[in-house]
Amino acid sequence: MIGAQLPALQVVIPLLAAPLCLLLYRPFATWLLTVVTSAATLVISTLLLTQVLDSGPIDYTFGGWAAPFGIAYRIDLVNAYVLLIVSAISTVVSVFARLSVAAEIEASNQGIFYTAWLLCLTGLLGIAITGDAFNLFVFLEISSLSSYVLIAMGQDRRALTASYQYLIMGTIGATFILIGVGLLYALTGTLNMADLAERLPAVADTRTARAGFAFLTVGIALKIALFPLHLWLPNAYAYAPSAVSAFLAATATKVAVYALLRFLFSVFGESFSLETMPLAHGLAVLGSVAVLFASLVAIFQHNIKRMLAYSSVAQIGYLTLGISFVSELGLSATILHLFNHALMKGALFLALGCIAWRIGSARLGDFQGLGYRMPWTMGVFLIGGLSLIGIPTTAGFISKWYLVLAALEKGWWPVLVVIVIGSLLAVVYIWRVVEIAYLGKRLEEAPSGEAPLSMLLPACLLALANIYFGIHTELSVGVAHEAAKALFGGL
Amino acid sequence: MSFGGLYNYWIVILLMMTGFYVVIASGNLVKKIIGLNLFQASVFILYISVGKVAGGSAPVLQDGFEPYSNPLPHVLILTAIVVGVATTALGLALVVRIREAYDSVEEDEIHDQDESL
Repeated sequence: MIGAQLPALQVVIPLLAAPLCLLLYRPFATWLLTVVTSAATLVISTLLLTQVLDSGPIDYTFGGWAAPFGIAYRIDLVNAYVLLIVSAISTVVSVFARLSVAAEIEASNQGIFYTAWLLCLTGLLGIAITGDAFNLFVFLEISSLSSYVLIAMGQDRRALTASYQYLIMGTIGATFILIGVGLLYALTGTLNMADLAERLPAVADTRTARAGFAFLTVGIALKIALFPLHLWLPNAYAYAPSAVSAFLAATATKVAVYALLRFLFSVFGESFSLETMPLAHGLAVLGSVAVLFASLVAIFQHNIKRMLAYSSVAQIGYLTLGISFVSELGLSATILHLFNHALMKGALFLALGCIAWRIGSARLGDFQGLGYRMPWTMGVFLIGGLSLIGIPTTAGFISKWYLVLAALEKGWWPVLVVIVIGSLLAVVYIWRVVEIAYLGKRLEEAPSGEAPLSMLLPACLLALANIYFGIHTELSVGVAHEAAKALFGGL
Repeated sequence: MSFGGLYNYWIVILLMMTGFYVVIASGNLVKKIIGLNLFQASVFILYISVGKVAGGSAPVLQDGFEPYSNPLPHVLILTAIVVGVATTALGLALVVRIREAYDSVEEDEIHDQDESL
């Protein structure tokens, strides 16, 4: 029965497609394989989500070895939601990637590029689907190693140093996670997350448990790029190939946030991780600083890709603020924002990819009059920007709204002020681009004309999704609510 | 257990801090990778120490091999070693590319070249 094997196929299909990609080698064939594979994972994650919505969480054991001895996959609403985000973004961005990659990467390297893409997809899906703590580490490393490769393929030589820096910090983060998992294993003798959740409360009041918790949190925070561990992110996103920036910005940090949620709420339980350990306040402070500091830095960037990267750091601040409320509402806001942020950053980075294809630059100075030279592309950028600010009728408004509600419920006024100031700062940095593009000098000799349809359509699709999910919130909000409830209920 | 009985954990901490210090303090990209290796090696020893059962033999399923050490952490760490090798290889490959692009493997020199652009 193929339906019962879907959880395994979700990871196995891209994992097998990756070496096949390397064998195919020809740019067009490898691209087609990547799109087809991404679409297949999208179909599977849609099926999984409907299955979970219909009949509750799915348990899958590999080779019939029952948990906790074998590796088990467990899919509840949270996983299914994250799987859907990752596979959908990969599908849309890989359609976009063909011409963008053809312009930015040598033909002889494109086969390797798509291989790394598929491996990265495998790793991200694997993190989201697995119910085994060590398995999570392995998938994390698969996705990280392949994203180092993807980033290093950027045209600018600074892509190499950015990738190197990410490698160093990413490996330290992953090794911290490895230490944390090891300490938990030493304490409980199990690696299965559900089993860990059962056995941990009895031994929670030990130094080993606290050390394991600390290592895991710091390790995952490095992967999330939580302020002040965000230093690798701006350069990595700024100098990576356009398609990679869009893919990673919309998925990689989201999956890491998912891993944090899983460990905080499912494995350790919210009373230990956010109340016994003073993490709720820590996350609130770091999240607030991230929102203010990164938004402020974003205003002073001349490279728009780098500006958006700093804006990502700020958005991660919002995500952690949602966690720090320790309430169902706050958690729904975080899970909702995972989805909405993927949509807006995806749209913005794809628009930048179109611009880079046409004018070969992401510097603000080259954006003069771009609103007339590339009206559709700048339209996409504008919608993404409005969504980022949180203007009503865009997806960004919905997640900000729930975040504000959660802050009000807690009565945390300073956090509310931070959210409002963060949005105002977003207005400033988006306006800088809009001002130059629409009100700047119109250069006659500058290259103009839209990017090809295969690049423009995915970008428009994400922009429309931003508006669609700003008006029709049943799917995104409904699932986020249920997912937050499931997390609070434990595994 | 006595203070000395935990000596392998002290070695783990020593190695970990040495490796971490090299990663942070060294400006040479190759040395950073070596520091990262030391850092990871300390975690391998941590896992292997956890799996050791006092007086236990190698985990062979036969009479006379009781008690035996827990094989699971050893297997886990094989995976982590593979990951470590892959990371080192990729890191060194990046250093080669960086040297081709900048003609240097010193962090501050590379930084200066980017600043002067």
